[in-house]
Amino acid sequence: MTIETGYNFGYLDENTKRMIRRALLKAVAIPGHQVPFGSREMPLPYGWGTGGIQVTASVIGPQDRLKVIDQGADDTTNAVSIRRFFAKVAGVATTERTSGATIIQTRHRIPEVKLREGQILVYQVPMPEPLFRLEPRVSETRRMHALADYGLMHVRLYEDIARHGHIAISYNYPVMVGGRYLMSPSPIPAFDNPKMHRMPALQLFGAGREKRIYAVPPYTSVQSLDFEDHPFQPIRANAACALCGARDSYLDEVVTDDKGGRMFVCSDTDYCNTRQAAREAAE
Amino acid sequence: MAYVAVKGGERAIDAAHAWLAEARRGDATLPELSLEQIEQQLGLAVDRVMAEGACYDRGLAALAVKQARGDLIEAAFLLRAYRTTLPRFGASLPMDTGAMRLRRRISATYKDLPGGQVLGPTFDYTHRLLDFALAAGGTPPPAPQATPDGEATPRVTGILAQEGLMAPEAPSETEPPDLTREPLSFPAERPLRLQALARGDEGFLLAMGYSTQRGYGNAHPFVGEIRMGEVAVEIAPPELGFPIEIGEITVTECQMVNQFAGSKTEPPQFTRGYGLVFGHGERKAMAMSLVDRALRARELGEEVDAPAQSEEFVLYHCDNVEATGFVEHLKLPHYVDFQSELEKVREMRATVFREAAE
Repeated sequence: MTIETGYNFGYLDENTKRMIRRALLKAVAIPGHQVPFGSREMPLPYGWGTGGIQVTASVIGPQDRLKVIDQGADDTTNAVSIRRFFAKVAGVATTERTSGATIIQTRHRIPEVKLREGQILVYQVPMPEPLFRLEPRVSETRRMHALADYGLMHVRLYEDIARHGHIAISYNYPVMVGGRYLMSPSPIPAFDNPKMHRMPALQLFGAGREKRIYAVPPYTSVQSLDFEDHPFQPIRANAACALCGARDSYLDEVVTDDKGGRMFVCSDTDYCNTRQAAREAAE
Repeated sequence: MAYVAVKGGERAIDAAHAWLAEARRGDATLPELSLEQIEQQLGLAVDRVMAEGACYDRGLAALAVKQARGDLIEAAFLLRAYRTTLPRFGASLPMDTGAMRLRRRISATYKDLPGGQVLGPTFDYTHRLLDFALAAGGTPPPAPQATPDGEATPRVTGILAQEGLMAPEAPSETEPPDLTREPLSFPAERPLRLQALARGDEGFLLAMGYSTQRGYGNAHPFVGEIRMGEVAVEIAPPELGFPIEIGEITVTECQMVNQFAGSKTEPPQFTRGYGLVFGHGERKAMAMSLVDRALRARELGEEVDAPAQSEEFVLYHCDNVEATGFVEHLKLPHYVDFQSELEKVREMRATVFREAAE
């Protein structure tokens, strides 16, 4: 792919990158706190990863190796589109290997393989405010964060249990970061939440349309909200991957016919491919 | 060049874009639209794209309309994404719309006024009958000409202000905020609100303005004046120390006059709702002035209970580039989240059925 000339490395101009890096530093210094930033219009639509793209563009260098996933997969259309964008405007190497990437931009998943120190996980975030369904006014939610006034969310979870016997949130499950800030983990399945806790990699969150950045520094405590008598339960389909046999990975359900036929496959394509290759090599 | 991952999705995207290019061109036996034709003959579409794209460049707006196949929100998005890459050299001085070279100027509050009323090129009073002669094409006969009498055309709100009837707008020397560089914050002061409205979606503002007329927000508006025409843009480079004119732009301005019952500190008087839009955008300018006035409820001590009076509601939702991106992102894959919803709903159903069986 040819590198687009006429644009700065990583598309954003250096002043914009500096503004975003300042927001990132502040975000890292106050884990889980949403930092407003002067989000720019990007050549991709708002809601399609512009926050993640701006964060990636601000931290990426020529030596980096970028992986982009959407729904855990490298070959979903929007992941392809974003990876091509960076190949075009930054000319960086891209990879599908989780272990081989220095920066992983993701939408809706955390890779199955444990991330290590030095890696950066960039999340695309549609709604950074974990309280927005309970309180749509940003001026009000800011006050609630300042006072750590999160009773509303606990009441909501309690009402779920009273009404349904379970907490009825299955993705974008709210977390407490560093014991202080309530944070949206972005719409990852609750299954992925435990991976955020004390992760060795740096986790950065970009919400372009809402113009907010937040972060979880390495080895920070990230706890999913729960109650002593109703502990947090990650959910996955009770099946094995039809391709690699994994019983520990998050599965996509694939409808195979119109008579109720189903199969389950790993959502993390790199994890699945690696396992299949290892099995073939062993045979 | 390093290895770039290639998969089926990549080929599908390339094929889709090739198809898009073909569909954009349409029947290749027909002549292709030129940018000049779009600029000249679809001028109001170009104006709308400039306004919502927040970039005054008719040629680029025409290109965006062509590239977007006439989808004006897509065109505004294209123009915005281009605009954001441009360097900024400085800020212009406040424009003097009182010195506008008028093409249109009407007031609904005075039968006649200094400078007179000028209908200009308007759809008003046309009968909305499809014109089949237009389908056949041809050059229209020249419109009658008149010589301007050179009389000054002061703004209607200025005439009201002379009598003390129009609430004055306090001048301010503070640097106005810049919506494109800093994220919105609340409470939003009027310069920020007007910036957001000026590039807001015409349809959204129309509906919000309309709602104020139907009782959602207590509006009693009169069109003090609508004017459209050319205004000089001036900048004062620091190294020169005096203003220089860098060109002129076409704008539409609407000043809506609203009754205000007065407060403890203010006598009864009229207040202003203000709308200013790039190009000829009368519907938008009018709607904007209604919404601007509604958003002043807080500072005027009026009750804030209607959607059009809520700063957060209006300002967070008026931007069609943001709105279309987020609404349309729903067509992106969501199967990971949907899968966890599936499992959750199955689990909850199992609980319900188990309890019913017991």
